[in-house]
Amino acid sequence: MTYIVEKSDNETQETGAADFEADAAYAACGDVLVTGMDSMESGTGPRFHILRLERPDWSVWRPGQFVMVRPKKEWADLVWGRPFSICKMTEKELTLFFQEAGRGTKRMGQLRPGDEVTLWGPLGRGFAVESEKPTLLLAGGIGIAPFVGYVERHPAPQNMRLEFGHRMPLECYPFRELAGMIQATAHHETCRADLTAFIECMEQRIRETRDGLILACGPTPFLRTVQTLSLQYGARAQLSLESRMACGVGACLGCVVNSAERMKNVPTPGWPVQVCQCGPVFWADEIDLNE
Amino acid sequence: MNSTAPCLTVKLPGLTLKNPILTASGTFGYGLEFARYGDLAALGGLIVKGLSLKPRVGNPCPRIAETPCGMLNAIGLQNTGVEEFLRKKLPRLPWRETAVIANLYAQSAEEFASLADILSLEPGIAALEVNISCPNVRKGGAAFGQDPAAAALATEAVAARARDKTVIVKLSPNVTDICAIAKAVENAGAHVLSCINTLTGMAVDLESRKPLLANIIGGLSGPAIKPVALRCVWQVSRAVSIPVIGLGGIASARDALEFILAGASAVQIGTANFIRPDAAFQIVDALPRVMRELDIPDIESFRGTLKA
Repeated sequence: MTYIVEKSDNETQETGAADFEADAAYAACGDVLVTGMDSMESGTGPRFHILRLERPDWSVWRPGQFVMVRPKKEWADLVWGRPFSICKMTEKELTLFFQEAGRGTKRMGQLRPGDEVTLWGPLGRGFAVESEKPTLLLAGGIGIAPFVGYVERHPAPQNMRLEFGHRMPLECYPFRELAGMIQATAHHETCRADLTAFIECMEQRIRETRDGLILACGPTPFLRTVQTLSLQYGARAQLSLESRMACGVGACLGCVVNSAERMKNVPTPGWPVQVCQCGPVFWADEIDLNE
Repeated sequence: MNSTAPCLTVKLPGLTLKNPILTASGTFGYGLEFARYGDLAALGGLIVKGLSLKPRVGNPCPRIAETPCGMLNAIGLQNTGVEEFLRKKLPRLPWRETAVIANLYAQSAEEFASLADILSLEPGIAALEVNISCPNVRKGGAAFGQDPAAAALATEAVAARARDKTVIVKLSPNVTDICAIAKAVENAGAHVLSCINTLTGMAVDLESRKPLLANIIGGLSGPAIKPVALRCVWQVSRAVSIPVIGLGGIASARDALEFILAGASAVQIGTANFIRPDAAFQIVDALPRVMRELDIPDIESFRGTLKA
């Protein structure tokens, strides 16, 4: 496949799966300090964290790209960094939003201001920006994180709409921040019927946005639904995937997803491609999400 | 304290390295993935992801699992094949400045010979590392590495077609007597040995009652295996008269020097490249300083000086 990626502020370049270096040419690795940590309980659910870090040296990034973070101390037990979508960047800080899901994120949740982390990024491919087109954002749970930066940097917020499905209390997520900038609806899933209603709403919105751009981030079953609906209605959709990864730079081959027909520059059809390098954002028709 | 710059040069049969720090196959991609985190030419050498004659898609996911102080992998040698590597990747690597070493994977002695034949014609390839120890593929791989006669067969096949290239054979620790394999491979024409590949292991999830890897069994790497690797390097370097390259859990310049003290001529940085992508470059930078602190004037005279 080919699509336009933002190489710098005024330079664009066509790339394919084999030319992964293009987007990540600006990546760097270094140690930065934690500047802030806000944690939220969600009752019986997982804890949520907003982690603020000293802004790294790099300045060119694209919403949808991610960073790898690894606490420096007391972490010999856990060898891998953890991948996090860039939530937003200011002149001084890089903000990440995550929920505790396993040992790595639990360790991350213990970070306090002044602690040092190793950080490398920005990594992978980000979301397309087509500012003149109607843009539908579909987020499931923690998948809302990259859309904060996306909406903040988008030149035409009036063209965007967010449908957000969540299980934990709405206060756990940066939803109100987004709802202040664009049209946004939250769908609280407490039972099967809620989920059905959310999917019906997504179907209607996807149909309406057939000539626009659809961006989705969330758990794999949610992405599978968006993929199926988008392909069914011939809508152009990008999906941001989550995957278990060790390196984040394309070397460990742990995070791969099977490619689909539209993915070009692969040795054989269906070739497994690295989520960290060819993604995490893929066009819906580039990947096969079936197990 | 010795104030002059320590000598880092390592001489191997047919191959001189500017320093003893190499990157291990399977942990450093094709090298290019790491070019933005450091100067590839500053490394003693880089050993690329295992190459087969034809592209291989590898194993299903999940392929990796984090374990205490280490990780398991069962990638299954996914690679684009030797031709694609030579056409698209090798020309972009700084092979004039540093040793680019190809890692060979095959399922038969004939395939090993064909691979060696293709790769030994390449001026950009400094040496061939023969993988007779991958635990994650059904055919070939460890099947060659677990039997002295089979290991010798694979080694002979490569050595016969290696032309002027140095032949390195990467040994498996998953054997009763690693020294017996080492000697068989030495007699079959290996110039250098790499010790060790991953240890076979597994991890399970008690809640889902499923294995953490789709392949169930995988290869354990990282700091967790360092004592095993050090033991293998110690034993093998005393059992053979050819040089040994040590690897297994090396994550710092001090770790690297421990392996050299135990008998290794050079080392490979593996899983540490995942801990942070500039790990190998940082180790190259730190090595002269640590050597000065420890009063080590040069790598070659320090090698194997363990007081045991």
